Amino acid sequence: MPELDAVDRQIIDKLQGDFPLCERPYAEAAERLGIGEDELLARLQRLLDARVLTRFGPMVQIERMGGAFVLAALAAPEARYDEVTALVNALPQVAHNYRREHALNMWFVLATETPQGIAEAISRIERDTGLPVFAFPKEKEYFVEMKLAARI
Amino acid sequence: MSNPLKLDDIDRALIVATQGGLPFVARPYQVIGEQVGIAGDEVMRRLQALLESGIIRRIGAVPNHYAIGWTANGMTVWDVADERIDELGARVGALEFVTHCYRRPRALPDWPYNLFAMVHGASRMEVTEKAAEIAALLGSNSRASEVLFSTRILKKTGLRI
Repeated sequence: MPELDAVDRQIIDKLQGDFPLCERPYAEAAERLGIGEDELLARLQRLLDARVLTRFGPMVQIERMGGAFVLAALAAPEARYDEVTALVNALPQVAHNYRREHALNMWFVLATETPQGIAEAISRIERDTGLPVFAFPKEKEYFVEMKLAARI
Repeated sequence: MSNPLKLDDIDRALIVATQGGLPFVARPYQVIGEQVGIAGDEVMRRLQALLESGIIRRIGAVPNHYAIGWTANGMTVWDVADERIDELGARVGALEFVTHCYRRPRALPDWPYNLFAMVHGASRMEVTEKAAEIAALLGSNSRASEVLFSTRILKKTGLRI
């Protein structure tokens, strides 16, 4: 795991939202953190290069623009796991994908600009892999707040 | 979700231009404006409107949870009676350690679970303890449950339109 210092942790904890919309947003954010603009820019680049951050920017809620976001899973045979991973990940509609310990051992999220795009992506995965895909569209959202503080 | 909002071509171009991330330069909105063909001020105005409408949830850092110490991640799944799930789902979602909580369809006979609650921790033991708290909250309303630990991120690019 990469080493993080106190300033890195502040950046991760304080900059998960509310990034300023102003001419020099990094300067304003840096001031809140008590560092300089150049230092913030350099640290963000380093955190991204070290894969501590996966990205820095707007997080789009595709359903609000008429699209769909669906959790799906499949059971990939162990001997084919890497091959199936490559086939699933090849689709740009796959936003993320996790290996999990279960008979259903691959869990991924499909994000498409139209609701019918989900069905198309699922049939494509079923055709490419020869495996059935289970779709778990959300029926109700009780809570979503994915902001975790750095704890190392 | 109800009432999806219509985006114009410029909004769409803005989302495409920023979905990989904001550039790390002093005036990022100006740079994006140059790519899209509008002024930096208009980029800011449109991003503000997209935030207010909920199309953009937030703007900022998206951490890799493993790299910041949340190395254990369990998707806890529960079979809860349909009549009680909304009340119980709201209570599970309100627990401080639950980051996502949804009602989803069962896939019988393979998959009897209809309540999904994501739990993050620094260790499996921590996630297991948190899952036990959810189990205590649900009590006999949970007829069956499992914790699916994630062992590897296979992809995490976020969405691309």
